Amino acid sequence: MAKKVLLNQKEIEIILHRLSCQLIESHKDFTNTILIGLQPRGIFLCNRLVEILEKEYNIKDIKHGKLDITFYRDDFRRRDEPLEANKTEIDFVVDNKNIVFIDDVLYSGRSTRAALTAIQAFGRPNKIELLVLIDRRFSRHLPIQPDYKGRKVDAINHEQVKVNWKENNDEDCIYLINNP
Amino acid sequence: MSELSVNNLIGIKHLQKQDIDLIFKTADHFKEVINRPIKKVPSLRDITIANLFFENSTRTKLSFELAEKRLSADIINFSAAQSSVKKGETLIDTTNNILSMKVDIVVMRHPNEGAAYFLSKHVDAKIINAGDGAHEHPTQALLDSYSIREKLGSVKGKKVVIIGDILHSRVALSNIYALQLQGAEVKLCGPTTLIPKYITELGVGYEKNLIKALEWCDVANVLRVQHERMDIKYFPSVREYTQLYGINKEILNSIDKDIVIMHPGPINRGVELTSDVADSKQAIILNQVENGVAVRMAVIYLLAQQIKR
Repeated sequence: MAKKVLLNQKEIEIILHRLSCQLIESHKDFTNTILIGLQPRGIFLCNRLVEILEKEYNIKDIKHGKLDITFYRDDFRRRDEPLEANKTEIDFVVDNKNIVFIDDVLYSGRSTRAALTAIQAFGRPNKIELLVLIDRRFSRHLPIQPDYKGRKVDAINHEQVKVNWKENNDEDCIYLINNP
Repeated sequence: MSELSVNNLIGIKHLQKQDIDLIFKTADHFKEVINRPIKKVPSLRDITIANLFFENSTRTKLSFELAEKRLSADIINFSAAQSSVKKGETLIDTTNNILSMKVDIVVMRHPNEGAAYFLSKHVDAKIINAGDGAHEHPTQALLDSYSIREKLGSVKGKKVVIIGDILHSRVALSNIYALQLQGAEVKLCGPTTLIPKYITELGVGYEKNLIKALEWCDVANVLRVQHERMDIKYFPSVREYTQLYGINKEILNSIDKDIVIMHPGPINRGVELTSDVADSKQAIILNQVENGVAVRMAVIYLLAQQIKR
């Protein structure tokens, strides 16, 4: 199993700042915007972005939440391993709001499709955008593309992109793992 | 653990502690789902569920039906009163006829003990027992424990007294198994004629005196006197039963702690509970009903997960 560093801690930090600036460009003071981290791994990225926006750019009271898509997935009963649900925390009205979905890796687009269905249970947003740290190009199963992306990666199917966060893996680092 | 250790839900007796933990964890997610503006998830949209009720039911049937609909399953309802059972059809024939319509899960209530187990041995579908005679009512016990967990933080170490007609109650037996599995202490309270003879061999205590039982417990689960199952007189009169085992506000106020009052419904107001107790802040009867939908969604979802495409 070969393992290659795609992004180290410093590079991730620079990208997170750039993504924060891009969000500010589009969403100004975030009064009508909600950032939603997709469970399970998108929440770390979402929390980091909120932290940067609040501390570095002095934007206060950014509405953000967590969305679990387990019950909306299209592979229920098709997988060998059973799906495990996570917590959803959306304590605000999403009607007419601009939503930004935040996830670590965009691969097939199926998780994003499930998230698009799941968010409808909370209302009718004005607009939904997608922000990802890693965009695995050429691997999409659905016509879904990110609005904001950290890094584009051309990886083949048996390669895996692994995003480690200090919060759960003791380091900020992104690896490309070759599973032959 | 993210999968149940059983293939059907026949009774709590067959479950492990981890199964109950998994059901509760899943129910937590579904409780959040049923409080959304749109209370429905598409998980079971290719699953068909038959609700076979060979005995009358209002809240259990409604609760199962709602849980199934919230999961987007297709459902068919069957009640013995309007069916070929009246014409002499056997349980297996009735069920197999329904299953030939490609049903994946059967929810069944039946007046005979062991009916759900019997069915699980003979038909090729997931079976959920919604009550079999005076034997078990597993989803009721699960929602009762879930409600205690929600109210008191945990079931472990809590003292629960089950009061009333234990003899004819499937809720009591399932509750005893569920509470013990989670580390609660259980006592029974009621007229000796309504306490099964060897029930204390299950490791539960018995207290004849209502006040003493209430002073001992953290939670009182009050059962209905099931007159419809009584072929002989088990106590002289309803009035006497109420005097000895009915809970009123005065009794609750005389106890120096706030105990939680539960009831699986339907309540005979003025018999086992007075209205001021049933509607008091200490009663979590309506929470039990709400939790019933979430817990049943969890059970159905986890069993459906085992049906591979």
